[in-house]
Amino acid sequence: MSAVSTSPVIERGTATSRIAAIAVAVIIALLAIAPQFLSAGAVDRMTALFVYVILAAMWNALAGFGGLVSVGQQVFFGLGAYFAIRLADAGLNPFLALFASGIIVGAVSWPLSLFMLRLRNGEFAIGMWVIAALTHLLVNLDRLVQGETGTSLISLNAYDAGARRAAIYWLALASMTALLAILFGLLRGSTGAAIRAIRDNEDAAASVGVRVTGTKRLLFVLAAFGIGIAGALWLATSITFQPKTYFNVQWTAYMIFMVLVGGIGTFEGAILGALVFFLIETWFGGTGVWYLVGLGATAVLFSLFLPRGLWGTIEERFGLRLLPVGYRVRFPAATDGDGMLSPQQATPYREKA
Amino acid sequence: MSNQIIQGILLGGYYALIACGLSFMFSVMRIINLAHGSLAVFAAFALWWLASRFHISPLVGLLIVLPLMAATGWALQRFLLERSARGGALLPILTTFGLAIVIDNLLFEQFGADTRSLAPYIGSLSYDSWEWPGSIYVGKLAVIMFASAVILLGGLQLFLTHTRLGRSIRATSEDPDTAGLVGVDARRANAIAAAIAMVTVGLAGAFLGMRATFDPYAGAPQLLFAFEAAVIGGAGSLWGTLIGGIVLALAQTLGAQVHPQGFLIGGHVAFLIVLFIRLSTSGLGLRGLLRLPTRKPT
Repeated sequence: MSAVSTSPVIERGTATSRIAAIAVAVIIALLAIAPQFLSAGAVDRMTALFVYVILAAMWNALAGFGGLVSVGQQVFFGLGAYFAIRLADAGLNPFLALFASGIIVGAVSWPLSLFMLRLRNGEFAIGMWVIAALTHLLVNLDRLVQGETGTSLISLNAYDAGARRAAIYWLALASMTALLAILFGLLRGSTGAAIRAIRDNEDAAASVGVRVTGTKRLLFVLAAFGIGIAGALWLATSITFQPKTYFNVQWTAYMIFMVLVGGIGTFEGAILGALVFFLIETWFGGTGVWYLVGLGATAVLFSLFLPRGLWGTIEERFGLRLLPVGYRVRFPAATDGDGMLSPQQATPYREKA
Repeated sequence: MSNQIIQGILLGGYYALIACGLSFMFSVMRIINLAHGSLAVFAAFALWWLASRFHISPLVGLLIVLPLMAATGWALQRFLLERSARGGALLPILTTFGLAIVIDNLLFEQFGADTRSLAPYIGSLSYDSWEWPGSIYVGKLAVIMFASAVILLGGLQLFLTHTRLGRSIRATSEDPDTAGLVGVDARRANAIAAAIAMVTVGLAGAFLGMRATFDPYAGAPQLLFAFEAAVIGGAGSLWGTLIGGIVLALAQTLGAQVHPQGFLIGGHVAFLIVLFIRLSTSGLGLRGLLRLPTRKPT
């Protein structure tokens, strides 16, 4: 027997995932040149899709990897838009204001995390909702916002409509790509092992020396930053800022729907969920209330019958990994017949995503 | 000012009513039901529908709606929560949140965006008041509401400590496996607990409809009020819930004094202050914000 054929091989990617990596690069390149060919309406819709992907990926980072289910993430969405308004009002270039706003939201979320991360499960979930409700009320007090009347990102009107639309599209695409890349790098790096350990069992992770709170805080701040950017981008596309729209819990409902349907705790799942949500919204968004009933009912059904979501189920069934963030241990088939076959070797792949 | 304090305390009765079901369910099943507020609004709409369509007084309507809520609670536990709780502590949050969205939007689909109230159907009760010494007027409804909260909380406490069923519910909440060993049917205990919780939700919904207006999306604020009152008061007994409700209502009253839009802000800020104090005084994590009622502090 040779050592090579019996020792397990640790893979960080598969042939499929290498093809997928190339495909991702091609898709991003195609998306980058798409505004040349798409109609104005289609460009706006694609921008919305990018925002949805950001929202899904960020909520998934928090809930799927950090084990922190929040129903108050709309606070960061609203604050992202609000700070952008404030910064633009102070004279900052509106496009710069979008990013500066995301950074401020991330900075605000840091002290908040010191406090909120000590809550557990449902307490954290509703606690965040209280934070969102309170922030909404406080933003309403700002004279610039004029209560529920709201205000607009007027300085953006100085730009030509077509150029503005394309610029926002590219900003959204770049933000989405960058945030996904940060998350991917984080999950694939050494922090990723800690994140997955926490996801699987927080107490056990802590017992082997994983810095649970620090890692969770990192995810919390990243999610706040990303959702803040998403809120600022949404403001850029719609120009008007009405606190009620931005601090609406429906944003969190969308995030939950996308992640539950796509596959909670899988990197690809959140993206798939955002795509599914985007298509459903495009086809059924016009049906109003029934559309929302359908979203809620689908979320309930997935949580009950398919808690791993579409991607989680696909992954489980076919052993498929497109964008692998974990490690994959492959046991070569024992051909030398020395009877040392361990039970593990009965299955060719053992995965720890 | 003393008038406002009295009104605040009486309003606290409503918050205690809506909070007790939430903390009761959490203490028994370790589930925070995010559809809690929506279910209260559902009950309010059911009473409104009976009153406006069939001229059934809301007080009589309760005889129909409360059993309906109990059945809802039973079904909720059996068909949704039981299954989703098996998937871990996070899944029920998502399930009940999805349920809340379904309920809110179905109510909107059925009843539209108009705000409703049960006040027109309860005659003079909605505006009658008693004059107390010092020319303080207190609404009869507010007093009835407060008394109902006291009776309900006291009744629940007695039920949990003095009846066989109550003891089996407490045993299940402490340790379902061990309770099973000594012959307690945990599934049944949980389903009954959910049914009881929903009856309290139905009652809270009735008072919500009588003392104020509601619309299909009024569930979310009710959930937040319930959660805040339960957390503020969550000190080991159901009576804590009453204190929590009163503190919340007084903070809101104070907030309204400070600023015209300060009513809700006052409540949220009081909640966060209590939370902050609780977090900085308890060394370890926060496993027990909503601690078990009836459990003796050890």
